[in-house]
Amino acid sequence: MRQELTSTKFGKYGGQFVPEILMPALVELTEYYEKYKDDAVFNEELDHYLKDFAGRPSPLYFARNLSREYGVKIYLKREDLIHGGAHKLNNTLGQGLLAKYMGKKRIIAETGAGQHGTACAMAGATFGIPTEVYMGAKDTVRQRMNVYRMELMGTKVIPVKSGSQTLKDAINEAMRDWVANVETTHYMIGSVVGPHPFPTMVRDFQSVIGKEVRLQIMEKEGRFPDSIVACTGGGSNAMGIFHPFVEEDVDLFAVEAGGSDMKTTDKEALHSATLCKGEDGILHGMRTKVLQNKYGQILESSSIAAGLDYAGVGPELAYLADIGRLKPCYSMDSEALDAFHDLCRLEGIIPALESSHAVAYVKKAAASGELGDIVVINISGRGDKDLETVMGMRK
Amino acid sequence: MRIAEKFKQLKAKKEGALIAYICAGDPTPEATKEYVTALVRGGADIIELGMPFSDPVADGPTIQAGIQRALDGGMTPDIYFRTISSLKLHIPLIVMTYYNLIFKRGLDKFVKDCAASGISGIIVPDLPPEESDDLLQICRKNEVDLIFLVAPTTTESRMKRILAEGTGFIYLVARLGVTGARADVAVSTGELIKRVNTPTPKAVGFGISTGYQAAEIIRAGADGVIVGSAFVNIIESRKNVPQRLEALARELKEGAARG
Ligand SMILES: Cc1ncc(COP(=O)(O)O)c(C=O)c1O
Repeated sequence: MRQELTSTKFGKYGGQFVPEILMPALVELTEYYEKYKDDAVFNEELDHYLKDFAGRPSPLYFARNLSREYGVKIYLKREDLIHGGAHKLNNTLGQGLLAKYMGKKRIIAETGAGQHGTACAMAGATFGIPTEVYMGAKDTVRQRMNVYRMELMGTKVIPVKSGSQTLKDAINEAMRDWVANVETTHYMIGSVVGPHPFPTMVRDFQSVIGKEVRLQIMEKEGRFPDSIVACTGGGSNAMGIFHPFVEEDVDLFAVEAGGSDMKTTDKEALHSATLCKGEDGILHGMRTKVLQNKYGQILESSSIAAGLDYAGVGPELAYLADIGRLKPCYSMDSEALDAFHDLCRLEGIIPALESSHAVAYVKKAAASGELGDIVVINISGRGDKDLETVMGMRK
Repeated sequence: MRIAEKFKQLKAKKEGALIAYICAGDPTPEATKEYVTALVRGGADIIELGMPFSDPVADGPTIQAGIQRALDGGMTPDIYFRTISSLKLHIPLIVMTYYNLIFKRGLDKFVKDCAASGISGIIVPDLPPEESDDLLQICRKNEVDLIFLVAPTTTESRMKRILAEGTGFIYLVARLGVTGARADVAVSTGELIKRVNTPTPKAVGFGISTGYQAAEIIRAGADGVIVGSAFVNIIESRKNVPQRLEALARELKEGAARG
């Protein structure tokens, strides 16, 4: 099951479906990544940033009150405590350092919720590389605090007004920029998506989450958990915590956004549940599960959580779902909101609406026994960015 | 008509080819028929018709907007093939689209629909040779050309592979970036034309909008020029569209023939 870098695919998924202009850049990136991923100096420097800048390791916290309420023993992996408020920094520090080693003069990125953009801004500032972030115009409104955060750190935020004005359009625009500036610019993709080597590389940089959980749960329980639950947009926090457990006897649950309704029309999906409802297709340089209509036009997706609002998903998740190694599932907007309030009230932790989808699934599934006795939930981020959304819902 | 045959005719006349792109269904299927006729009247040697895809990553703002107008006008792959079948052109016709539309229709069905509706070539900007084996085989079986792109960044080893596999013509991407009309000719264009060493015809696209540029590119050794955004700009303006498409095609064709 281990993915070799020389293969660009996970089963039939993945690959490199990009304009010819970009092919040499992908080859170059793969070469540099292979060269440095096990390099002692590179990893020492990365570890330093992860520890002293990002604040790793993040705690694995036994949520006593939530466990009592939901009826299963719950540990929370506290990525919400990482600098910037989400797991996204693990990836941007890795890619930022690699970009520095590659001598790249400029970083571009896409962002949905603004969390990845914020993490890019942090990495860009730390490594001294000018950074520009494409963000759907709609998202710049619903996540305006993150826009301001990025700007404070010297990053230029470019609103994208094409298409549905959300994450998928921001990715399109970032890819167009990369095509024009490929020789000087590193495209810092924010999840386990895009053409090879991004899905593999981002997974590896995020795997620090799962590696820590292995040690932490052994210390606390003397064994691995029965199940791990993570919300899934592109799938980077999920693959980050799953990957070190893929070959262990641990059940993996990828929780997608059910939105307001699991229905789709010819133009839009009222959800973002790509693994649950998508079909094979090619989007953003990869073959994966995609929300699309019968002709192959990509649908506009929807979720209360901007970070889950994406019509594609990482190819490795599509593969693991196909072979039955992970279970795709979903939580609705309303269920996520409920779980958000549970975690606030019972544990004094305000989770991101994205992460609240994972909590909500545990609330639903605990009673059935499906999750076993001990479950780890990846709290991929903190909810400060979502307060306006939540306040709006209460009115 | 096969693409190779067209280039042979032009070579005998010592003329560069004008390959004219517009997006099918922009703004309606009926308009497309009228516009294609105008381009042919103006002297286009090959027509390239875009099949609109929701997420066109290789296209700049002009063609993106054209694609959006076509989608808003209700264009689908089914309507596309129906429109094409009714065109009855005496010059080669090429479909340009993104891979997901081909994949979703089924590679076999897509290529057969092309052959049946008179399309002689396929361009897929997000399908590099590494991923194209399946489509290439089916194209060969159905005698439809799969046209590959090379870019200024293409390395020698990849260039060899692309030149060995491409038929019809080789599409030279003139500059780093997405589609869009420009006033100049990039220095990299001339270098790329020299690097592409093949008996297959070479056509240069991305950024060409004037007869002067067309002449310069043919003079640099290309066999044809591909022009899209400059035509789509005219469609966007909605003013005297057929007349102006014809006039621009004539200017470009004169440039290509003179170069
Ligand atoms: C807090 C948080 N969790 C999850 C996600 C979803 O991304 P992924 O599925 O790649 O982890 C995001 C994306 O912005 C996020 O900000």
